[in-house]
Amino acid sequence: MSAIPVGARRVGPASSKERVKGVAFRALLLFSLAVGFITLVTLLVDVVNDGAGKLSWHFLSAFPSSIPSHAGIQSPIFGTVALMLLTALFAVPLGVGAALYLEEYANKARWYNRAIEINIQNLAAVPSIVYGILGLAFLVRGLSLGRVLLAGALTLTLLVLPIVIIASREAIRSVPNSIREGALALGATRWQMIRRQVLPAAIPGIATGSILALSRAIGETAPLILIGALTFVPFNPTGLDSAFTALPIQIFNWVSRPQDEFHVLAASAIIVLLVLLLAMNAFAIWLRNRYQRRW
Amino acid sequence: MEAGTATHPDQEPAAGALLARRLAARRRPGEAAIKGFLFLCALLSVATTIGIVVALAQPTIDFFGSVNFFDYLGGTDWAPLFKPRSFGVLPLVVGTLTTTFWACVVALPFGLGAAIYLSEYAATRTRRYLKPALEVLAGIPTVVYGYFALTFVTPLLRDIGLSAEVFNALSAGLVMGVMILPTVASLSDDALTAVPMALREGAYGLGASRLQVSTRVVVPAALSGIVASFVLGISRAVGETMIVLIAAGLQPTIAFNPLHGVETMTAYIASTGIGDVPTGSVEYKTIFAVGATLFAATFLMNMVSIRLVRRYREVYE
Repeated sequence: MSAIPVGARRVGPASSKERVKGVAFRALLLFSLAVGFITLVTLLVDVVNDGAGKLSWHFLSAFPSSIPSHAGIQSPIFGTVALMLLTALFAVPLGVGAALYLEEYANKARWYNRAIEINIQNLAAVPSIVYGILGLAFLVRGLSLGRVLLAGALTLTLLVLPIVIIASREAIRSVPNSIREGALALGATRWQMIRRQVLPAAIPGIATGSILALSRAIGETAPLILIGALTFVPFNPTGLDSAFTALPIQIFNWVSRPQDEFHVLAASAIIVLLVLLLAMNAFAIWLRNRYQRRW
Repeated sequence: MEAGTATHPDQEPAAGALLARRLAARRRPGEAAIKGFLFLCALLSVATTIGIVVALAQPTIDFFGSVNFFDYLGGTDWAPLFKPRSFGVLPLVVGTLTTTFWACVVALPFGLGAAIYLSEYAATRTRRYLKPALEVLAGIPTVVYGYFALTFVTPLLRDIGLSAEVFNALSAGLVMGVMILPTVASLSDDALTAVPMALREGAYGLGASRLQVSTRVVVPAALSGIVASFVLGISRAVGETMIVLIAAGLQPTIAFNPLHGVETMTAYIASTGIGDVPTGSVEYKTIFAVGATLFAATFLMNMVSIRLVRRYREVYE
């Protein structure tokens, strides 16, 4: 060894010690990856074990109750669906609008456009409970909306907007420039080009991204707790100014009680929530595979 | 400068070109209005940030009108609802740090390990399936993780002989670690795959093994991106609410004992928000003071993370 200059390494097939190290490292990496999957499977099995027995038509159609055997999740399901539709109604047009501005109009050399971009990235990582504080201060108390469906939907809109914008930008960016140039060469104005060429081509990507963003919104609990959705609500929402509850809120309500009967109810409601999320994700993936064009 | 002379200085412009020029020059108020509207949509995000700052600032300033700033930051006793009142935020910070620490123990090494496997070892096809599958973990609602921590992990900890309380920082932290693992893995993987192939080929050409290429060439080259993923992961853990609210308890303490209950900043905000606290009361203002502390901490970490990602993008892309 002393003949080899400092810093040089032996060239040639790896020694058996090196090979053992390589195999051990690979095993370590595989284990890292497995940690996530093992936990996921354990979680699903645990929830199904705890909650599947309680699932029934009665559970889906009854209203929440303080007597475990009577309790159901009709109003939380209606609340979640209403929140989802309203949030989509607000967040998707605003998000696509912002994405179109940033991709099609904004001049990246201008400081304010860069500031908007960094700001959106940052907002995507702001803790969800901070959005709850915003909703509490401005919507519930400031505008005196009260603890109503509209306040919940607007809070979730602000929460998912950055995600919708980021997903929509990616979809718009993937439309090739030759399409834009072709439209402009034929005399289209900028908006005509966007409206008739870019948007139609980007819609599958936008839809997929928006559905995934919404599936994040319907799992959110903390901001809704803060704006006051955690009341006992044994009725379906009747309008924008109606009190409301939602699936994650009801789950939290049941988990935070000490009795085991309520934990079983929570597990059953979790199964319903996860099935809903799975359906949304599957739909988003199907949409992408079915309609997305490769350029 | 005249527009027409630049392209065909010698020829008379054709009638079509003249028309095109006149059309282009025509004012189109509709186009400008649309651009303005889309700009407003983008501006809404800035308004949201300003809204958050304004919403937090006023009650926080009011709060520090009645509570000394240094008593808040340095105080070791948090008892805002009981008399004698005390507003030392350190117990909430310690609670947050304890759960975050145990989340990092899971998320950072395993997240990085998963990322190295995805980018350096897995075949392209396997990777295409593994990455979205891993991200399923990030899509599970946090209230579900909270249930899992409370009803499965805590009993498990007790079964293996740890004297954990019903609400403890360890089980909440570990489950939170699994929740942020995909964030760390996905961002680290982006950074690792952005390292140019030439660096790997150079190392292989010198006779390095895959282990050596991964740990001595690719990981160091992607370090700023990996650190960015760590910082963002930590920021997620600090800001996570439901898992700690359900499984870590509501006992402010300055002991870092993972087997006992702790109260994090987020759990305090949520649990106080559940009760219908009267607007303008000191309890109401504590929500905002603690919220401002939380926002400042996560905002700082997010900016650091965004900066670091930009840096490696500038170097390699």
